[in-house]
Amino acid sequence: MADAPALELAAVSAGYGETVVLESLDLRLAQGECVSVIGRNGVGKTTLLATVMGHTVLHGGAISLNGADIAAAPAHRRARAGLGYVPQEREIFPSLTVRENLTVAAKPGPWDLSRILDLFPHLAERQANRGNQLSGGEQQMLAIGRALMGNPSVLLMDEPSEGLAPVIVEELQRSMVRLRDEAGLTIVLVEQNTRVAFAFAERTIVMNRGRVTFDGASAELDADHDLLDRLIGVGAA
Amino acid sequence: MGAPPDISAAAAFMERRHRWRPAEALPWLAAVAAFFLFPDYTAFGTQVLIMILFALSLDLIMGYAGIVTLGHAAYFGAGAYAAGMLSAHLGWGEPLTGLMIAGLTAAAVGFVSGVVLLRYHGLTLLMLTLATAIMLQELANVQEEITGGFDGLLGISIDPIFGLFENDLWGRTYYWYALIVLFALFLIARRIVYSPFGQSLSGIRENVGRMHAIGSPVHRRLVTVYTISAGMAGIAGGLFAQSNAFVTLDVLSFARSGAVLIMLILGGTGRLYGAFVGATVYMVLEDELAKLSPEFWEFGIGLLLVLTVLFARRGLLGLIEDLGARFGKAKP
Repeated sequence: MADAPALELAAVSAGYGETVVLESLDLRLAQGECVSVIGRNGVGKTTLLATVMGHTVLHGGAISLNGADIAAAPAHRRARAGLGYVPQEREIFPSLTVRENLTVAAKPGPWDLSRILDLFPHLAERQANRGNQLSGGEQQMLAIGRALMGNPSVLLMDEPSEGLAPVIVEELQRSMVRLRDEAGLTIVLVEQNTRVAFAFAERTIVMNRGRVTFDGASAELDADHDLLDRLIGVGAA
Repeated sequence: MGAPPDISAAAAFMERRHRWRPAEALPWLAAVAAFFLFPDYTAFGTQVLIMILFALSLDLIMGYAGIVTLGHAAYFGAGAYAAGMLSAHLGWGEPLTGLMIAGLTAAAVGFVSGVVLLRYHGLTLLMLTLATAIMLQELANVQEEITGGFDGLLGISIDPIFGLFENDLWGRTYYWYALIVLFALFLIARRIVYSPFGQSLSGIRENVGRMHAIGSPVHRRLVTVYTISAGMAGIAGGLFAQSNAFVTLDVLSFARSGAVLIMLILGGTGRLYGAFVGATVYMVLEDELAKLSPEFWEFGIGLLLVLTVLFARRGLLGLIEDLGARFGKAKP
């Protein structure tokens, strides 16, 4: 379904158990489109990604991936259908080596080991090390690489810059920009760091209390700090 | 884009990691040496080799896939009864096909129970594995016309191996038979744990949610390794039945499930050779302590288990590795 949106959420309400975090949320991403999602802590950004991956309870609404309804599919079927997920906690397999962490997720497609190691040269140097021997930045690169090894059509990244030193964030940003420009993937980037978010995607979504309160050009938000303040309650990071 | 990274050194390291290491010859050399050094103990040695194979089968599911079970004797017993009944009731005494049927029977039981049991986790799974073995044991008890019930299965007669090598009074033939079967199945287990399938099992053990999220069919993989493990345990049980020419309800007992678990914890889980160390130490200690005190030998095993859990969390093999590293030696 070439004309179908890469990812579409229609009137999605979801949460954990009986608790509803996302309320009637709509989101539509075209094929190859990149979007950043920002907002204060606890507004539902991570829940949004978790809901797309099938890790929450869906109370209502529809979710489709490349035109196919995935709302009732378990997480592993969603991953097989083309979703890649980079979780906030990275969740590297500690006893597997870098190389094994990557190959364990491998599926046929353009992304293979050599292409991942080319995107993240740091990992190439560390591929014989175990997951628990990596720095935070390396773990983040590995988490992204592992998601790419599944050859997804839509990549969900949850705060990849969180807890990393500025110099590592810059290196990670360079890799992410390469990924955006060269891979043709549809990417949803959840990010607290507005500088990183605006630099990554032309479109930004702002969330508040489980709803989308702004959906527009990143440049508009970047240029209007008063608007940004009103939407997320803090100045630009 | 910069220059392509030089990955040759790391790639070579990865190749080496899966390659046979010299230290891996040690247990096999020790097994061969034991045959010549202790010629009066070959029948005992055969039982040690059988328990190593049983513990190895448990390591596949517990050490690598993280499936904790208190009922692994179900598959050991299924294999033992299959091999025993084949001879006692059908007169089929050919040992190798007997072992194959023992393995396939246990694998079939493992597959059917695994499909159901492995949908559960933690304490629920632990209790279900325990219940499965108890139910099988009671089934064997009730069906005494077929299994011999409480009195055991008599009338097992095993043909010479390849029609040439008869089991002698000292169990020397069966020592080699068990060693060769153990080696063949060890090769399969080693290949499994170093394969992408084996890596995915480690992934499931460490973070099952993450494995779901990368599209891994977790339940199918768990059932697959559970079935393989059950088949291996069944072959161990088949060897037990053939070497003893006698099967009792004990092969399905909770005590046997517990003993193999203790062996693996003693030796170290998730390292293949932990089964060798744990089963050997357990069996030798059991034998020696029983000579000292026939009634209270389990106290010594219990004490060793307490010490291992407290001071050698990675088992005796892990302790040896740690001591080796401390004294500047390379890890085996």
